[in-house]
Amino acid sequence: MVKYICKRVLAAVITMLGISVITFALMKFVPGGPFLAEKAPSAAVTAALEAKYGLDKHPVEQYFTYMKGVLRGDLGPSIKKRGRTVAEIIAAGFPVSAKLGAIAIAVAVLLGVPLGSIAALCRGKWQDNLILVAATTGISVPSFITASLLLVTFGVKNNVTFGLATPAHYIIPVAALAFLPMSYIARLIRSSMLDVMGQDYMRTAKAKGLSQAVILFKHALRNSVLPVITYLGPAVAYTLTGSFVVERICTIPGLGNEFVSSIINRDYPMIMGTTLFLAALIIVMNVAVDIVYRLVDPRITFK
Amino acid sequence: MKTKIRRYLKASLALLLLPIMVFSLAACQSSSPSDSESPSGSSPGTDPSGSSPGTDPGKSNFAELVVHVGPDPDTIDPALNSAVDGATLIAHAFEGLYSLDENGIPVPAQAESVDISGDGLTYTFKLRSGLKWSDGSPITAGDFVYAWARAVDPDTGADYEYMFESIAGYDKGELEVAAPDDNTIVVKLVARTPYFLELMAFPTFFPVKQNVVEANGDAWATKVETYIGNGPYKMVEWTPGSHITYAKNENYWNVGALGPERIKFLLMDDDNAILASYMSGGVKFIDTVPNDEIDNLRSRGDFFLEGQLGTYYISFNCAADVLDNPQFRKALTLAVDRDYITKEIGKAGQENAGGYVSTGVADAAPGSEFRAVGGNYYDPSPAAYEANLAEAKAIIAELYPDGNVPTLEYLYNTSTAHQLIGEALQQMWKEIGVTVTLQVQEWNTFLNTRKNGEYQIARNGWLCDYNDPMTMLDMWITGGGNNDAQWSNAEYDSLISQAKNSSDQAERMRLMHQAEDILFDEWVLCPIYFYVDIYMIDGGIDGFYSSPLGLKYFMYATPK
Repeated sequence: MVKYICKRVLAAVITMLGISVITFALMKFVPGGPFLAEKAPSAAVTAALEAKYGLDKHPVEQYFTYMKGVLRGDLGPSIKKRGRTVAEIIAAGFPVSAKLGAIAIAVAVLLGVPLGSIAALCRGKWQDNLILVAATTGISVPSFITASLLLVTFGVKNNVTFGLATPAHYIIPVAALAFLPMSYIARLIRSSMLDVMGQDYMRTAKAKGLSQAVILFKHALRNSVLPVITYLGPAVAYTLTGSFVVERICTIPGLGNEFVSSIINRDYPMIMGTTLFLAALIIVMNVAVDIVYRLVDPRITFK
Repeated sequence: MKTKIRRYLKASLALLLLPIMVFSLAACQSSSPSDSESPSGSSPGTDPSGSSPGTDPGKSNFAELVVHVGPDPDTIDPALNSAVDGATLIAHAFEGLYSLDENGIPVPAQAESVDISGDGLTYTFKLRSGLKWSDGSPITAGDFVYAWARAVDPDTGADYEYMFESIAGYDKGELEVAAPDDNTIVVKLVARTPYFLELMAFPTFFPVKQNVVEANGDAWATKVETYIGNGPYKMVEWTPGSHITYAKNENYWNVGALGPERIKFLLMDDDNAILASYMSGGVKFIDTVPNDEIDNLRSRGDFFLEGQLGTYYISFNCAADVLDNPQFRKALTLAVDRDYITKEIGKAGQENAGGYVSTGVADAAPGSEFRAVGGNYYDPSPAAYEANLAEAKAIIAELYPDGNVPTLEYLYNTSTAHQLIGEALQQMWKEIGVTVTLQVQEWNTFLNTRKNGEYQIARNGWLCDYNDPMTMLDMWITGGGNNDAQWSNAEYDSLISQAKNSSDQAERMRLMHQAEDILFDEWVLCPIYFYVDIYMIDGGIDGFYSSPLGLKYFMYATPK
């Protein structure tokens, strides 16, 4: 177990280093810069700003300066949001996104698993068809359509068109965020459950005279849930860090917006900060998934 | 069958244990940061006033006026800001020597009076007595001197430092602005500047509190505690990406004249959500509507269109092959059906442009407009389109008798409206035998490409910084930072320089008309339309106004 953890930590460090190098190189290769605007600032101002943020140095030097800062826990200043630091922006936005994302993931799992199970058990019947249609819709309809539709119908009627001031304000963003993972989980559960139910041990269980509930709960679902756990690892990381589209439409002060706007603005420290943060979260979630695997399936061991 | 389903449901529900376990992992992730919520980011949920604004029936003022002027601002530091929505936010928290009234006329604000020397080159402002910052400390003339020196210092990194160029000493980086005593500011100008008092109402000229700025660096303008101003309101909350709330500044000299007790600026970004919020009554003023909805909204009594000083135009790269021929550029300019673009694509009542300097920009005689005096360089009305088109065809036929016109590329940045205009232009230019391919680039890449002159034809636009043609004309001087056309003309440079140093308003205007004439002798650019500003405001509000530069003033808004 200790050896396993050491290995994972080492792998994580190497992965993070690789991500930082690739991200840094990519963002420097993209044309443009943080000080471009429809009205260009004067050459003297641009030069002074470049000196201020160290952008006049060689890119390799910039990378090492940045990484030294990261090791000290300093993610640097945001270039676009003058006067704010990257750490400050992440610290303010992540809790908001994470709370919303956690609720959305919970809703997705709480609805997706039962719906998928019902579909599998009623295979070919109207329940199955209905759930499949809903799930396919959820996978194909982009979240900005879900969010906008809910906003102009439900939102306007109930005066919940922006922010998260009351529990009712959570309904639209949570629904928009949860629809896709819920649909995906329902379909995963349905197909893996159908697969499991055809297995010999299921027939054995039935032959032993076990009750339907025990067969379902102890045997079928436990074995069908593994693909869902695999899916949930990265899905949780992405959902917790916020959605650009949903947060923009619902005016939620989360982190999702920063991932996209930092790139549009060429806000280099912000691009690095958000990317490394998301990468770290995904790595943590993948470790968590491995641990959950073991809890669900005792045959899996840590090597 | 029914009981069977119920059993299945029960069985499935029993399995909730599993998801809850998975979820609890997620919750571990989220719970610790939200417990230690950062000081700057109290969540909107903690806002006691909730989301529904309203008027207190017992009083004559709004308890809280909820409005939208733009998304989360990049900065609300008076020196650093260059955005219109940022300027509105700043104009509520700060005040210049002068401010604009509801007719756009500069009226004394922090200054009580001004004495202008006979030659128009020296302005002596007297401050009102007893002026205070929002923290109660006194405001002195030195605060203005400091703020202006800070704004022109390249190390400050202010986009708008060039706004100070009418003040003597700007070239040397040391403004000739002095504070002989705590109540007096003396400013020396390069030349008579008829719009100088108007500039005093522009955010870049607002004072900032030296010790706060120096102690906190750029961060001073991001926190409630350090965002100390001298304006009618003071910030009481800023949740980035959500809202900024202002309350009356009890230290403001004219606090009795103010309207709303509080103003909440919602920092919304999505056009549909913004309109939905207005329709639900949650927001009383919105500064933008989805383009597709304009036709439906136009007839409403709460929908307003106001001319904005600025022009949507097309840049020709005058240094590129083919486009280096002024006659060719003329043909492209004449072939554009501006009426189609404004009516079918813009839809917001934009005005067809027959020249570069926007309508609404003042000329020498009081009340006259530069555009009206200068007239059109071609007739942009739909009636003249066929004739313009015929002329354009004739030019192309003369330049390329064999019809082998090289294919050109039109560059624009990602946006539905820009794309539609690009496609329309492609069709229009095809009429005269010029084939144009469309090239779209992401915003920042686009700016880079255009600035570096690595394009042939590109979308462009300019919003005026002050009400004078110079704000649109001086960008075309040789080597100018915004001279995307890569154009150079010695006579033009000389006219601009003469106009900048002339103290005679009629003479200045004459020189600037001559300069604009040269732009169209050479067909440096292709104007499309003059911008308009769209907003919607609740019918129950009185006393709101906006400036020609697009700033919105809510401080005197009262219920009808």
